[in-house]
Amino acid sequence: MSSTIDISLGPQHPSTHGVFRMNVTLDGETVTRLQPVFGYLHRNHEKIAESNSWLAAMPYTDRLDYICPLTNNWAYALAVEKLAGIEVAERAEYIRVITAELTRLQNHIAFLGFILGDMGAWGTALMYAFREREKILDLFESLTGARMMCNYMRFGGCRCDLPAGWLEAARQVADGFPAFLDEMEALLTGNEILLARLQGVAPLAADRAINGGMSGPVLRASGVDYDIRKADAYGIYSRFAFRVPRGSVGDCYDRFMIRVLEARESVAILKQAIASIPDGPVVNPKAKQRGLRPPAGEAYGRIEGPKGELGFYLISTGGDRPYRFRIRPPSLINLTLLEELCLGTKIADVMVILGSIDIVLGEVDR
Amino acid sequence: MNLPGAGLIQGLAVTARNFVGSYFEKARMTTEQYPEERPKLPENARSFPFLVFDGDDAEAGMRCVACKICEKECPPQCILIVQDRDEAGKALKRPKVFEIDIAVCMSCQICVEVCPFDSIRMDQDYELSSFDRFAPLVLDKAKLLKSNEYYQSIHPTEAAETDARLEADRKKKEAAAAAKAAKAKPAEGAAG
Amino acid sequence: MNLLERAPIELKAWLLNLLGVFGVPDWALAILSALLIIGTVIAVFLGLFALTSVMERKILARVQNRLGPNRVGPFGLFQPVADGIKMITKEDLVPRGADPIVHFLAPVVMMVPALLVLAILPYGRDMVPVELEAGILYFFAVGAGTEVAVFMAGWGSNNKYSVLGAMRAIAQMISYEIPLVLSAIVAAMIAGSLMPSVIVAAQGGFAFGFVPQWFVFTPWGFTAGLIFYIGALAESNRSPFDLPEGESELVAGHLTEYSGFKYATFFMAEYVGMFAICGLFVTLFLGGWQAPLPFLEIIPSWCWFFGKVCFVAFTMIWVRATLPRLRIDHLLAFAWKFLLPMSFAAFLAAACWHYAGRGALGWGMSLVIVAVPYLALGTSFTRRFAVSKRTYQFSE
Repeated sequence: MSSTIDISLGPQHPSTHGVFRMNVTLDGETVTRLQPVFGYLHRNHEKIAESNSWLAAMPYTDRLDYICPLTNNWAYALAVEKLAGIEVAERAEYIRVITAELTRLQNHIAFLGFILGDMGAWGTALMYAFREREKILDLFESLTGARMMCNYMRFGGCRCDLPAGWLEAARQVADGFPAFLDEMEALLTGNEILLARLQGVAPLAADRAINGGMSGPVLRASGVDYDIRKADAYGIYSRFAFRVPRGSVGDCYDRFMIRVLEARESVAILKQAIASIPDGPVVNPKAKQRGLRPPAGEAYGRIEGPKGELGFYLISTGGDRPYRFRIRPPSLINLTLLEELCLGTKIADVMVILGSIDIVLGEVDR
Repeated sequence: MNLPGAGLIQGLAVTARNFVGSYFEKARMTTEQYPEERPKLPENARSFPFLVFDGDDAEAGMRCVACKICEKECPPQCILIVQDRDEAGKALKRPKVFEIDIAVCMSCQICVEVCPFDSIRMDQDYELSSFDRFAPLVLDKAKLLKSNEYYQSIHPTEAAETDARLEADRKKKEAAAAAKAAKAKPAEGAAG
Repeated sequence: MNLLERAPIELKAWLLNLLGVFGVPDWALAILSALLIIGTVIAVFLGLFALTSVMERKILARVQNRLGPNRVGPFGLFQPVADGIKMITKEDLVPRGADPIVHFLAPVVMMVPALLVLAILPYGRDMVPVELEAGILYFFAVGAGTEVAVFMAGWGSNNKYSVLGAMRAIAQMISYEIPLVLSAIVAAMIAGSLMPSVIVAAQGGFAFGFVPQWFVFTPWGFTAGLIFYIGALAESNRSPFDLPEGESELVAGHLTEYSGFKYATFFMAEYVGMFAICGLFVTLFLGGWQAPLPFLEIIPSWCWFFGKVCFVAFTMIWVRATLPRLRIDHLLAFAWKFLLPMSFAAFLAAACWHYAGRGALGWGMSLVIVAVPYLALGTSFTRRFAVSKRTYQFSE
């Protein structure tokens, strides 16, 4: 037997969050080289958008980070509104914040479940997370018509108004969440095995994180105080009081805990938004959806998605379809430092590190 | 003082509570045994499009006028419309062929949004599997046409709003026609 | 009540008597008697295996707030039949380049020791298949054969993943053998013999008339029992020690290249081994076939034995559902730096308890001798691996 082993982890693998492959070179149990290979889910999203109208690109954004379709919709709508100079209806801004924070909640608890599954806890935490996530998906279904693939945001607002009783149901979900998060914390955060598996694994210094283009919880876990909801204050986030947690060591445990803390902050934002939503139209009546022809120019619209900074860079030549439709995928860019994080760790840690970065292949490959 | 191993015991307690609770509490046993229990879909749920017709005759009461806006706006281009023509070759306001390939359709609902005539709406039927990947999944006009009563049964609020709007439009048109006729009559009377 | 208790023995005696009346020679009756016992034991344990394969999935499911398999038969109880048919009809692939003899023999070498160790367990009053004076020694000696089988499976498969998995499995099993055996020795030492039936008898009687005198209710017995339980989990490659089978990491480790009936045999061997070691745990620490309270002795002893074994198996499934997997270095450090010293501490505590006359002083001393290393080692362990209470800063 040679001194090092080359292993290909994936693309069919229970823990790679989709069709993702890593060519790992092992010296015993330690990783000496890691090359990510992806593109197995490439679906020509950006090229398709060049041959469809501006409105038609909206359902395709659902399928990017398919766990968080509503935030993808918002990012694209934001970019087009910047490009075409469209103002957003007031009530729609509140609905956007409510749906975005609900999306963040269900993404973070699904993350908890997945990383526990990667560590071999046989799906218990995953099932609890999915049980709660179902409540949020039911809310999405009664609002937009679909649990995922919502296609709900439009240029200047939202597609349709909240059905009767939806706000009350959302309030009940938000009120019940802290109890569920407490149960998950009782199950997880004191667990010595979990702590041993996550603490000290792949620490990421703040300057390395910034250089590597990290964003989202990964960046904040390394101690960098950067949240686009505060930095850009897009939408009406400046009206809500919420805190942004940040870590110190930047290891897997920090990345894990930051998301749990962020989920609690999302509940706070939800409660404030539900309490103060005004009446009014849900879309700017002057905004065109079908047949929109934004003036020639370019715009970059970005949001703080649950996985990081999701941005759309759009170039218009005045026509009815984009000239260039570029997606800044947070999952892909957060993978920049994957090899660096995994070098010197054990093979069992590779899965945990990949899980802690929280990627979705729909976004990595587009 | 934190006993080593206490976190593990706490975790075991949570799972034990869930185990016992799954026998007694509904919240801890959320499985719906399909196909004996079917999920109760909310009103807004959508699966694939269908065409609405008023009255009893599907072909006669069809609202679609073959304007082809939905075909143009459909993102994956799954709609095929061929306009009907009479013997002279003049275009009629109805489709001869209207097909939707539901293997391609992504249920985005844009066709519903852009239709100016309230003729295409989203159905809720999801039990559409077939053994052949191609032919049974292309729904033709006959399969797509469903009555307004059916639409009212699956989307009551939406259907009520659409019906009210169509009724209001019809009344406005009638009032405008009556006003036009009334204006023409006194002019005749004055002339005559 | 006595009738039910002695039913299996009486039944066998009646049958042999009948055959003797029909003129079957004595030597044949002796062989037949042995075969009957072997057949019954194997049938019971394979039945338990079949039941457990579905009960595990159902218990795991209930913990996860969902129903388990419930379509095949009432409550899904015929699921093992469906699984069996599936396993038997699957294509048996042997990879090219695999050593055919080693690859073929690995499941056999795994299954045989798992069945052989069932011979010395006392299933009820006077119901030990083979009364060996060194019964516990026999159990560990024969049981170690399964470790060879794991390595044969990994090596014979000619696959990088399998070899890696086999290496980890061997490291794990060897490391956990020592605390396992030491804690078993503790019970044997107090009972004064290596014969399982003597160890069970040593846990007989009731203190104050109603408190059972099982070893697990003493400080040293609790510690030794817990160490034995953890070692049992590790020996059976069950979560949280299922690194060799690390499904989410290396597919199936040493079992990657096995399919069909051979995989079923491994699966069977693992479960039978799990029950065997649960049986030993019950014998050594939980009082074997003894009832916990005097008036409960109407329930036959073999019922109590299997009831306790099923309860211990249930806790193993419960632990599997809850705890994530340990990494290899944590696993080995835990075995050598925590379990091994603790088993010595239990040993010392048991000796002090015995020589201090088994009275209040003995209880107190043994408690202290066990608690101090536990706290010291435990906190140093958690401080090394499962460190800090982290604080997070928030910005407004």
